[in-house]
Amino acid sequence: MIELWRIAPPRGRIVIALALAVLLALPLAADRYVISVLTLIFYFAYVGQAWNLMMGYAGQLSLGHALYVGVGGYVAALMWLKLGIGPWLGVFAAVAAAAAFGAAIGWLGFRFGIAGVYFALLTIAFAEFTRIGFDHLELTGGAAGLFLPFEEKRIGEWWNLRGGQLLFYYLGLALAAGAALLVALMARSRLGYQWRAVREDETAARALGIDAFAVKMAAVVISSGMTAVGGVFYAFYYNNLFPSQVFEISRSIELILAPIVGGLGTVFGPVIGAFVLTPLGEGLTAVTGRFGINAPGVKAVFYGVVLIVIISAMPSGVWPRLAALFGLKDHAR
Amino acid sequence: MWSIYLNVAVQGVLTGLVYGLMALGLSVIFGVVRVVNFAHGEFAVVAMYAAYALFTAFRLDPLWALLPLAALFFLVGYGLQAALINPFVGRPEHEQFILLVGVGIIIVNVLLIAFGPDSRPVNLSYGFDSYEIGPLIVDKPRVFAAAAAIAVAAALFWFFRRTRTGAAIRACADNLVGAGVVGLNVKRLFALTFGLGLACVGAAGALLVTIADAAPSLGPAYTLLAFIIVIIGGLGSMAGALVGGVLIGVSEALAGFLFAPSMKSMFSFALLIAVLVLRPQGLLGQRT
Amino acid sequence: MTTLLAAANLSKRFAGLIAVNQVSFEVAAGEIFAVIGPNGAGKTTLFAMIAGALTPDEGTVTFAGARIDGLTSDAVCRRGIARTFQIVRPFPALSVEDNVMIGALLRRADMRSARAHARAILEMLDLADKRAATASSLTLPDRKRLEVARALATDPKLLLLDEVMAGLRPTETDRMVAILRKLNRDTGMTILLIEHVMRAVMALASRVLVLHHGAAIAHGAPKDVVRDPAVIASYLGAEAVG
Repeated sequence: MIELWRIAPPRGRIVIALALAVLLALPLAADRYVISVLTLIFYFAYVGQAWNLMMGYAGQLSLGHALYVGVGGYVAALMWLKLGIGPWLGVFAAVAAAAAFGAAIGWLGFRFGIAGVYFALLTIAFAEFTRIGFDHLELTGGAAGLFLPFEEKRIGEWWNLRGGQLLFYYLGLALAAGAALLVALMARSRLGYQWRAVREDETAARALGIDAFAVKMAAVVISSGMTAVGGVFYAFYYNNLFPSQVFEISRSIELILAPIVGGLGTVFGPVIGAFVLTPLGEGLTAVTGRFGINAPGVKAVFYGVVLIVIISAMPSGVWPRLAALFGLKDHAR
Repeated sequence: MWSIYLNVAVQGVLTGLVYGLMALGLSVIFGVVRVVNFAHGEFAVVAMYAAYALFTAFRLDPLWALLPLAALFFLVGYGLQAALINPFVGRPEHEQFILLVGVGIIIVNVLLIAFGPDSRPVNLSYGFDSYEIGPLIVDKPRVFAAAAAIAVAAALFWFFRRTRTGAAIRACADNLVGAGVVGLNVKRLFALTFGLGLACVGAAGALLVTIADAAPSLGPAYTLLAFIIVIIGGLGSMAGALVGGVLIGVSEALAGFLFAPSMKSMFSFALLIAVLVLRPQGLLGQRT
Repeated sequence: MTTLLAAANLSKRFAGLIAVNQVSFEVAAGEIFAVIGPNGAGKTTLFAMIAGALTPDEGTVTFAGARIDGLTSDAVCRRGIARTFQIVRPFPALSVEDNVMIGALLRRADMRSARAHARAILEMLDLADKRAATASSLTLPDRKRLEVARALATDPKLLLLDEVMAGLRPTETDRMVAILRKLNRDTGMTILLIEHVMRAVMALASRVLVLHHGAAIAHGAPKDVVRDPAVIASYLGAEAVG
């Protein structure tokens, strides 16, 4: 960690310190709407980072990451509702459950040589299969959803994530910053280099003694476990879970937008992507809402256009260009 | 009792042929252009809305709307490949995927803004007629739709087997470098292929409105359905797409009958996982 | 002289075609051994069976006293055999130094020593000044050198080189020969090479195996092998000799 700070360019250090200070102090000045948008940005920066680890670093395309969000959210919510176990403990079970799903998918995919588009379809198939399964699962309330009740007496119980907006704002900030730090550290580790070797050329990586199967399994297990933490955050922030909302393929796609726009395989890509996309999307919703146009549709059309433009014109994302422009080289790349 | 199952299965075969025609378009595009059209089902839903509009405005039977829609979608596909997708040929798979995911998102949500989330039915005058053959009772619209799907697929097979352009496209699929060396205009042939793939989708969409009501949310569902079918049949195999379509049609019909209709696609996804693991080249595909 | 690598009766068929037919040979520790033969003789297939990229249909490969045939390529590398690819496969988006460092990480857990090792190897292969460049930006001769550097970074006991001289200019070939010879002399590293450039084979190899149509047709010191009529016939076509 100290090592990371030491090698960062001076300008980069100033920008990071300034950004963190502003975000920490912002609730003093900003209104509820700004805080809610920023909380959403943190959420997408966090889950985007988890996906980035698997796609951007290890080169494995998953289009079913909503599965891990859903499993994480449902496990923690159920433990809270049925057993009275709070999310700080529940998150461990949530991570374990999602990582087990990730390991199962990874094992099938990597053991049987399902790669590229086929692997992506395998991840979609698992997510969709689970979505329909949860639609019919009585324990979780089926398609009618699972609700975390609002209880007056529990407000302020931050240890049970029963708090107001600020609690989730700071929790989201900690998650997003923590994930960026974790990915930066892992990118510079032995495993991080092995991931990149497998991403670039699996045959050549194996010829250098890298156990590609083990390395890819590590990526999918870490990524799915990390994503599940986002799911717990989601469940306790929104206080409701519907299979059709959490597991949907559109959710999986929503979660990969930020790293793609920001820059795959970079530490700051998902962060920048979330900061660019989320406010634009939310702003568009607000503006078109005033004109009475179907707002969610407009936001999605905008996301679609952004995807096409970015992938056509800047397939390596916004961040590498920004970094070059301002002399902030991303060392972890 | 078994006659009920037989009825359900026959309905599944007929529906499956229409699904198969839609998937055929995906398979042709992948087999030649090597691009995965992740907006495939979304295009099918656009065709459904177009058929719905033609029916509401001019009382045009979707079976007739099939012809202009196939032609229109051919042009759309040709233009899309030439203008947007061609630079992506040979680029990493995830980039092609993301491009077409973007296209799909735009289509679904433009439909959502234009028509709203409610489904739009096409009420044919013969919509509730059926044929009785012994114990079998089959819906008239489904029989027509399946027959039309077979006709369109046959025309496409004929084109690829019997025409010079079809042979040239097959040459591109077999050996891209070689096709370029002997002077084939690969870019034009790719655009042509994408056009043909979408023409299948246009035709299939027109037929689908006789089976299901048009709704924006069907887009991603049909894309996944088309992928399941071509993976099961073998990505790039034309006959495989039709066989896969029938297989999925029957399994979904039976699953919907035996369990809850809302659970039927669960079986398709389970089947997809099984095929990916056990026979990734598909049932009729060749190992590469 | 101890035997480091022994291939016994290795065979491999592809759809009825015999690519390698009952080939046996031994490489002594510290030796430079060459496999030559005309195009399509089965050299690369033989290589792939040793490196774990292909499983032999028949026969065994023994390395440092243990059977390695049927092991995966990464397991073979961990045993101490590093290879290059005939068609080079650098990690294109990574820097030259990172490419080599990934090789060095096989036997080094900490990043600092892996990087230092990578730099030393780049120095040795005259790539030090290009270490920050991305691998995809290198010229073909540089990529060939990078391929060797990356394999060397894994500290192999046996280095398998698949036509690393092809496409190099004569001066570059001489430089590569000098580097390999120095490595062999200084560290005792055993080298098995497939090579078309006879100038390099004659300069490096102590013994040569000649393959033709998948079978071993000659075996011995380079200067004897090149005078063998069967070898000349295989290269020139039988009619040219007869």
